[in-house]
Order: sequence, then C-alpha cells, then structure tokens
Amino acid sequence: MKKLLLGNESVARGLWEAGVRFVSSYPGTPSTEITEFAATYPEMYSEWAPNEKVAFEAALGAAVGGGRSFCGMKHVGLNVAADPLFVSGYTGIGGGMVIGVADDPGMHSSQNEQDSRHYAIAAKLPMVEPSNAAECKEYTKAAYELSERFDTPVILRLTTRVSHSRSPVELSERVEREVAPYVKDPGKHVMMPANAKKRHVVVEEHLAALAEYAEVTPLNTVEENGAEIGVITAGNCWNYAKETYGKSASYLKLGLLNPLPKKLILDFAAKHSTLVVIEELDPVIENHCRALGLTVTGKDVLPLCGEYSEELLRERLLGIEPDCCEVGAPIPARPPVLCPGCPHRGVFYTLQKLKLRVSGDIGCYTLGAVPPLSAIDSVYCMGASISSLHGACKVRGEEDKYVAVIGDSTFMHSGLTGLVNVVYNGGNTTTLILDNSITGMTGHQDNPLTGKTLMGNPAPNLSLEAICAALGVPADHIRAVDPNDLAELEKVVKEEVAAPCPSVVICRRPCALLKSVKKNPPIQVDAEKCVGCRSCMKIGCPCISVTGKKAKIDESMCVGCGLCSQMCRFGAL
Amino acid sequence: MSKNIMIVGVGGQGTLLASKILGRAAMDSGLDVKVSEVHGMSQRGGSVVTYVRFGDEVYSPVIGRGDADVILSFELLEAARWLPNLKNGGVLVTSTQQINPMPVITGAAEYPEGLLDDIKALGVDIRAFDAPAIAAEAGNARAANVALIGLAADALGFDTEILRNAVAACVPEKALEINMKAFDLAAARAAEAKRN
Ligand code: SF4
Ligand code: SF4
Ligand code: SF4
Repeated sequence: MKKLLLGNESVARGLWEAGVRFVSSYPGTPSTEITEFAATYPEMYSEWAPNEKVAFEAALGAAVGGGRSFCGMKHVGLNVAADPLFVSGYTGIGGGMVIGVADDPGMHSSQNEQDSRHYAIAAKLPMVEPSNAAECKEYTKAAYELSERFDTPVILRLTTRVSHSRSPVELSERVEREVAPYVKDPGKHVMMPANAKKRHVVVEEHLAALAEYAEVTPLNTVEENGAEIGVITAGNCWNYAKETYGKSASYLKLGLLNPLPKKLILDFAAKHSTLVVIEELDPVIENHCRALGLTVTGKDVLPLCGEYSEELLRERLLGIEPDCCEVGAPIPARPPVLCPGCPHRGVFYTLQKLKLRVSGDIGCYTLGAVPPLSAIDSVYCMGASISSLHGACKVRGEEDKYVAVIGDSTFMHSGLTGLVNVVYNGGNTTTLILDNSITGMTGHQDNPLTGKTLMGNPAPNLSLEAICAALGVPADHIRAVDPNDLAELEKVVKEEVAAPCPSVVICRRPCALLKSVKKNPPIQVDAEKCVGCRSCMKIGCPCISVTGKKAKIDESMCVGCGLCSQMCRFGAL
Repeated sequence: MSKNIMIVGVGGQGTLLASKILGRAAMDSGLDVKVSEVHGMSQRGGSVVTYVRFGDEVYSPVIGRGDADVILSFELLEAARWLPNLKNGGVLVTSTQQINPMPVITGAAEYPEGLLDDIKALGVDIRAFDAPAIAAEAGNARAANVALIGLAADALGFDTEILRNAVAACVPEKALEINMKAFDLAAARAAEAKRN
C-alpha cells in the first residue's frame, strides 16, 4: 500500500519496520516529528530525554543491551551529543543503532547552518542521506543493516526539505527481532586508555571495510544519460539537479556519505567531460573529488550559505533567469511574533521597561528580541543564557543591570549546570525561568516538568522551586509570579535583581496554545475613553492596532489575556 | 509535466490542511506528488508557504520564481509577496482578507493600498474573493481554507469528485458538513464569477 508520508513520518515507519525497540530523543526543528510518530507505534518504547546527550547515551545503552535503538535530534543537538558520539564508534553496538540528525540549510528555525557531515568524518561513523520520503524509510532500514554488519552506530542525515516534505511511500510490515543475549566484554565497552587504544585500531579496520563497501553499495547509484555533463550529488540536492538537467546529464547519487567511494567516482568522472558537484552547505563531496585529482565545478559557482533550489541551479549553472513579475509597492516583512495571549509577552515588556540587559536563550521566547519588545541582548545556544551572563557579570560587575531568561524545557536541557556554576562560584545573577508547562517552539512536546511522558503516561511532577533550592539558590530568592500580573512581576524582578545573592524568578503561566488553556472573551475597546495614546501597543500583541486615534482589537484573534488592559491608564480596555 | 501549486498565508491560518487536501487529491489521481511544509518559527504568525507539486514524476519539493501554475493565497499582502513565483499565464486565487504584520502594527511600515488593482494592472489572472465570508455563510469562518480550495477548484486541474473526496477525507469529522458546504458554495461562486 502506498501512503503520502512526511519524510520524518517515513523515518519513524522505517524504525518500526526495522524492529526497533527503543527511541530516545530531544525535540528540535526539523527533526521532532520522527520521535512523535515513533511514539504512535506501541511496539517501540519512545521517550523524550532532557537533552541530546542523555538521549544518545540512552540509545547507546539500549543498543549495547541488544535491542535496535534510535535517537533523533536537530543538527545543533548533535553538538550536545558529540561526547558519546565520538566514543560510540569505538565501543560499537549490540543491536543496531541509528542517530537521526536533521540539518537546517537556510536556517528556517535554527541559530546556525552547520553541516553534520563533518561529524560523521570526525567521529568515524558511517552516514547515509535520503532524498525523499520513500528513501527515508528504505535508508533507515539499510542503516540498521549497516550498523550491525560493521558493528557501529550509523548517522542518518536529513535536511529540512526532506524531513518536512510529503511524498508517496510503499509500506511494509514490521520484522520483530529478539534482544540479543548480554555478553560482558569490558575490553570493548570500558573505554579506558589500554582498551581504547585497541578499539581505535578496530575502528580503522571497520572504516577500511566500509570504504570497500562504498564502492558497491546499492545506496550509491549511477544514472547514465550521455558523456557530457556528470553530476555528483546527494540528498535533496539530487532532486534539484534532476529538475535542472533532466535527461541532459548523468548522475552519481551518493546515498552513503561517509565513507565516500573513490573508484566509483573516478570511473564516473572518466565517462564524462564536465563534472558538477551539487551539495548544500560545505564542499565535502567536492573536496573529496579534488583530493582524487578531479577538476569539478562546485562552490566556485554555487553558494556556501543558504538553501539550494531548482531556481538557483538553473541560474548559476545554466544561466537561465526566472521569468516573473512583481508589484511596485514595497511589501512589508511579516516576521513571526509571540502568539496573542503568550505568557512571555509581559515578561519582555517588563524587562524592557526596567531597561535591563537580557541574556536570552533558545525557544519561542527568542521572539522577545523583535520590535516592539526588543528586549533581548544576546542568544547563543541552549542553556547559554545563565552561563554567559555569569561571565559577563564577573568582568563587569553590574549584576543589577542584567537578567538571564530561559524556558522551562531549555533549563532542564542545559540551564541546570549554568545555575550550579553561578551558585558555586559566588555569582549573584538573576535568572528568569519562563515556565509555560510545555516545550513550545517545536510544537508542544512534554518535558520533565510537565508531568507527562511522550507516550502519554503520567510522570512525577518535578518542581522547579525544589530543583533551584537543591542547586543552592537561597529559598527566599526563588520566587514564582504570574507574568500577566505586570505590577507584581515588576516588583519581584526589581527586588531580585537588587538582591546580593543568586536568585530565580519563575514566571509561571501555560502557553496560550495549549488546549487546556481556557480562552476568555475578547477585550472590548471603550471608544469614548480611548484617547489614542498607543500605550497598549507597547506589548506587541498582534491583535491590537490604533487607527484614527482609536485602539482596535481583532476579536477573531484576541484570547482575552487581559495584558493590554493593564497598559491603559484611561480604562478604555 | 508537473503542476505546481503554492499555498501562501499567515501562520495559523490553516494552510497545512489545504496542502494536505491537495496532496491527497493528487495521490488519489494516481500521480507522483511532493508537498513541502513549514514547521517551527514562522508558524508563530509569520509569512508561511507550502508547495504542492504533482505529475508523472516530481523531484524538487519547492517551487521557484516564475514556476507556479497556481498560487492559493489566504491573505492579500502574502499574494503580493509571492507573486513573483507565479508563472507567466498562471492563476492567482486570493482571499481579500488583510492581516497587518507587526511592522505595520507598530507603524514602521505601511500596508500597501490598492494591491488588487496593482496586480491586475500587471495582467495577472487574479481571482479575488472574501473567503472567510463565504465560509461564514456555510457556517464557520474558519472553513476559509476549504472555501479557498473550492474557489480554485477549476484552476487546480483535478477531477471535481476526487477533489471533493479529498476534502472529505482530510477535514475533521465534526466539521465535515460545514466544510463540504463551504467547498460547494465556493466552487459555485467561482463558476459564477467566471461567467460574468
Ligand atoms: S507557542 Fe506558546 S509559548 Fe510559544 S509564542 Fe505561542 S503562546 Fe507563547
Ligand atoms: S492605551 Fe488605552 S487610551 Fe491608549 S490607545 Fe490604548 S486603549 Fe486607547
Ligand atoms: S488584545 Fe489584549 S487581551 Fe487580547 S490577546 Fe492581546 S493582549 Fe491579550
């Protein structure tokens, strides 16, 4: 039976068909749905871990324990999981293990544009990359075969357009696999120097065997269409190449990205007068071709930054400009904004009002950086709000001018250790934890603070207050407030910023998009009282506009959170 | 040959359901299909675009400038933003709904006036309707996404029954009646507008 599946959904189907028993991941666009769909198959145990390192180690343990396992993450998540990643090639596996990593060329929803292929090379692990939903399933299954055949975890590389595109997939059934018996083998699994030295030799032997396999694997395919142009490509770029050249070029499509074949490429090169390498982000395949002594067209005409497209290839490789028209008037941008009723809005309004410098973090609340709130000074990576602020305060003093702002899920991911550092090293910074009871940005996943697991079971309700107290923050400087109570929020933030000790303000109100959050009737404008002062506009709610000296509220969007009413001194809202 | 359709709008307007319906209709027509969606950041009220391509063989999941046969727009400013993607001779079906983006709300930019006339003046085959109003007539303004598909039905190139069945298969059970009504009403309005 053929079904239209999302790339990520098809990976999940592949996991199920491959008999996978254990899935542990941390959500991150564009990888999240793999694990969400995996959780819909009761034969696979699936969970959200607090971060990618934990997820990876859990999956490694499951694989060494003899069951096929998977962990999924976005590209930057692999940075977090890099420590176990590098050792996992040494220890090898028991049941097969696959790591799904989704890169985000074009940065649709990310803070950088890194190319995960470098990790496969550096950690000496095989990597496969599908180009559409059907291949997502097939390559996932092939990755498990490779993993067990060469006793190594395998990286499945995805990109946004493959993860988030639907195309037809032929479904098959699950093949159950028994959990392999446990064998104690410290030489293989206790990675202290004496053992690791021997294991490194094994890793190199596996890689040499894999390099031979790369010459013959069905994952690498050749389509011959004449001797002129030969395109070497992989993943989604193959799609763009096919649309651009059609039958006027031959294709070497690489499904196995590490190790790359040598003879296969040289043979292909020998048959074509011009070679073009098409790959998004870094010139990995191109450098490999150049090292083989080949002359290729690649990054000399194609960009290092951003996503590719058929349009881009046509323009850069064939010199064909698009034929299109546009209106003369300037089109204002439409950036994303915090939702109507978002619990973060009051926080950023208050921080901006108090003229505090804000060390931000990764999540919906990063949107507090855009006008009119414009409240955030810096955002680097998961958890960096607390730790980078600590450094800033150690060189500048000025603890009363700064706060760190971090979401509940991000705090559990990697904010904890930053807070420990503040306490341990005598910092006295203030951290605002935005507790919206969910992982909002990636589309509402549960986390250790929500009291529910991925598979829908109840979980212990961890208390942020108790955690912060246990980390050493003085109990009377751990304060919980409702961020929609602007007066109280301002008072508490002022007090804690002034306090000569580490402090935590927990801003607690659920995400406005949660189904459990009750909507109030929309706020009405009393046109008699409204003087058009625009104060209510300062909170940046997309429902409010002021035209002709009168405020107007879009009733179809307003959820009646009441924040704007607190802004109006004339009682018009 | 493939047929290239773009669905554009504002995050939260229900563009994903529309693309799901078109993908389903293409599958049911026995064609190869690719539907490319946006998840993540821009769904928070930003400008969103979904690409639907179908035909005998489809590779690229996205549609470049000058390549869309049909653009289905949920909002007027978005129609203007994505107009360069319309093929010469393509059809632009748009809702006349206007939603101010944040730079307009804060006064940093203006919502351009007379967009419909500007687009018409370029010689574009534009078909503009008040989609939420048609959906409201059918029972719920939130069925505007299905109404838009009804409005574009003849330009999309599907067999009408296949398209209707795809709508029925993709909308939530409890909203089925209103959505079917919105679809039929919209298709009738489009046919009427064509006769005039
Ligand atoms: S999803 Fe929730 S937390 Fe994120 S912006 Fe919307 S309301 Fe705020
Ligand atoms: S703050 Fe009150 S008076 Fe001022 S524009 Fe808004 S509604 Fe009118
Ligand atoms: S208009 Fe006011 S009450 Fe309505 S969502 Fe916006 S801030 Fe909340």
